[in-house]
Amino acid sequence: MARSPAQPAANAFAPFTLALAIGIALGFVPSDYLFDAVLTPFLAISLAGLGLNLLAGYAGQVSLGSAAFMAIGAFGTYNLLLRVPGLPLLAAIVIAGLLTAALGLVFGLPSLRLRGFYLAIATLAAQFVVQWALDTFNWFSGGDTSGVVEAPPLMIVSLAINTSVRRYLFCLAVVAFLTAVAIRLANSRIGREFLAVRDNETAARILGVKVLSTKLFACVVSSFYIGVAGTLWAFLYLRTIEPDGFDLDRSFEILFVIIIGGLASIRGAFLGAAFIVVLPLVLSRLGDAIFGATFDSGLVDIVEKIILGVLIIAFLRAEPEGLSALFTRVRILLPSQAFSRSS
Amino acid sequence: MDWGFFAGTAIAGLLAGLMYALVAIGFVLIYKTSGVLNFAQGAMVLFAALTFVSLHEAGLAFWLAFLITLAAMIVLGILVEAFILRPLVNQPPITLFMATLGLSYVVEGTAQLMWGTQVHALDLGIKDTPLPIPDILVSRFDLFCASVASTLVVVLTLLFRYTRLGLAFRAAAEDQYAALNTGLRLPVIWAAVWAVAGFVALVTGLLWGARTGVQFSLSLVVLKSFPVLVLGGFDSIPGAIVGGLLIGLTETLAEVYIGPYVGGGIDEWIAYAVALVFLLIRPTGLFGQRSVERA
Repeated sequence: MARSPAQPAANAFAPFTLALAIGIALGFVPSDYLFDAVLTPFLAISLAGLGLNLLAGYAGQVSLGSAAFMAIGAFGTYNLLLRVPGLPLLAAIVIAGLLTAALGLVFGLPSLRLRGFYLAIATLAAQFVVQWALDTFNWFSGGDTSGVVEAPPLMIVSLAINTSVRRYLFCLAVVAFLTAVAIRLANSRIGREFLAVRDNETAARILGVKVLSTKLFACVVSSFYIGVAGTLWAFLYLRTIEPDGFDLDRSFEILFVIIIGGLASIRGAFLGAAFIVVLPLVLSRLGDAIFGATFDSGLVDIVEKIILGVLIIAFLRAEPEGLSALFTRVRILLPSQAFSRSS
Repeated sequence: MDWGFFAGTAIAGLLAGLMYALVAIGFVLIYKTSGVLNFAQGAMVLFAALTFVSLHEAGLAFWLAFLITLAAMIVLGILVEAFILRPLVNQPPITLFMATLGLSYVVEGTAQLMWGTQVHALDLGIKDTPLPIPDILVSRFDLFCASVASTLVVVLTLLFRYTRLGLAFRAAAEDQYAALNTGLRLPVIWAAVWAVAGFVALVTGLLWGARTGVQFSLSLVVLKSFPVLVLGGFDSIPGAIVGGLLIGLTETLAEVYIGPYVGGGIDEWIAYAVALVFLLIRPTGLFGQRSVERA
């Protein structure tokens, strides 16, 4: 696990600003495929990875239940929009995020007594209970028995979010705002308390860190982020709301994002998510190019799985700080003022 | 209350629990000697069952297919030691756990790449018919599984207690530095224990595969055995058995007697709920020794 100390907050927002500028510039590319299949899912997965990284990377509490919290966010937003007439979209997303945070608090309680993989196993309970509840009670899907419901039309005041580029820009705005908050948080006293709890609880307690409330706060913030990510994933990428997409494999995927991207790093979540989203696209293109039309898409899934597994092991072995550390090294080689040190 | 039905349900639960216990034993072996919680045990079950059934379908005799698969599991154990355990020595347990998560993807993917993704039927020649006891349903096949599981436990216990290899396993489990000091080679021990766990995975895969068909869902039995481990303790073979029986019993009874009131399907998570409560009260499990890493 990453053991880097908290780095100075000086100019922490420079890379963020650069990335946001690139993100806005990409909005002018005339390609719906780019938005629908690459950028929008990338942003949603990045946000979920960011949320998990606050919990697992910074505070050291590994969770295998991320997808369950994404589902709570998505279904929360859906039900709020369905059952509270006139509720603005952003308010629904925030309230659903707070609801996810509240449930995150409940499932975070075992972390007060458990550490390491005992906690990881405890979070599996969240994964299974939530998926079961959503599958069993169709109240959550507004009484729909098929279990798959269409996302309602989305409006901000009078602007309809109904095109690929608008969906992308909406995602970008939400993710950018929450990322800025996360950068502030990570470089604040609270962020350093997270690291202290991760590295040595006893030492943290001696230094006056309230270990229990720090852990619970990490659970709450992380769940809020993951809940919002779930809403973005379901409403803006899939445009359907269904429990199936939020299974254990999705939880693992989010965990892989931060292992590959880099634990305890804000940009790690984005680098890891980019990798996870782009890998299957590249592989299926490669497969088409090499084997032609006879290529079996099931094979892509299997090959992707093996590559992912090998990469996880390789990163844990050779580069526990993930792509983020490679990035830092490249930056040290290039004496450029365009980048500055940040988390 | 229909006591005959209750007894039948309870027995079915206990027998299902034995199957969970089989997977859990594979975990305990590895956890005891190397401190790794091996998420890939389920993938190993899938790999072993798929390899065996494919060889068997290709016309190889039962024993030959069994031996070749066993050899493959031993090779897997050696590879895991060389490529995962040795480079990650002294890393925190959670890092090793995540590495086995990656390993499970590799092993599952390799199994499917080599042998395809279709479902294979596996017939061990035991009929799945009820015993002639009035009012109580007990399947012959379940009884066969139970006897295999019991035999396996006895064999493993003898191995641990009376052989040089077992002594080495116990030494490594007791104190790694002391074991190194007395000249034991930890890499060899780790590879050996992964191979033994591979053998357990093969037996598990054959029994589960005969019950459910050899298919991808076999690797998901890993998820069923975590609560068993929490209940029984991560480092105790008797604990795995007792935990497995308790979880199987709870799951089946809860599904039959509570399930209908809440829409069914609670066997998917009831074991976790029980394990979670247990974890908070008694973190070492029923038979566990090593203290749980706690706040």
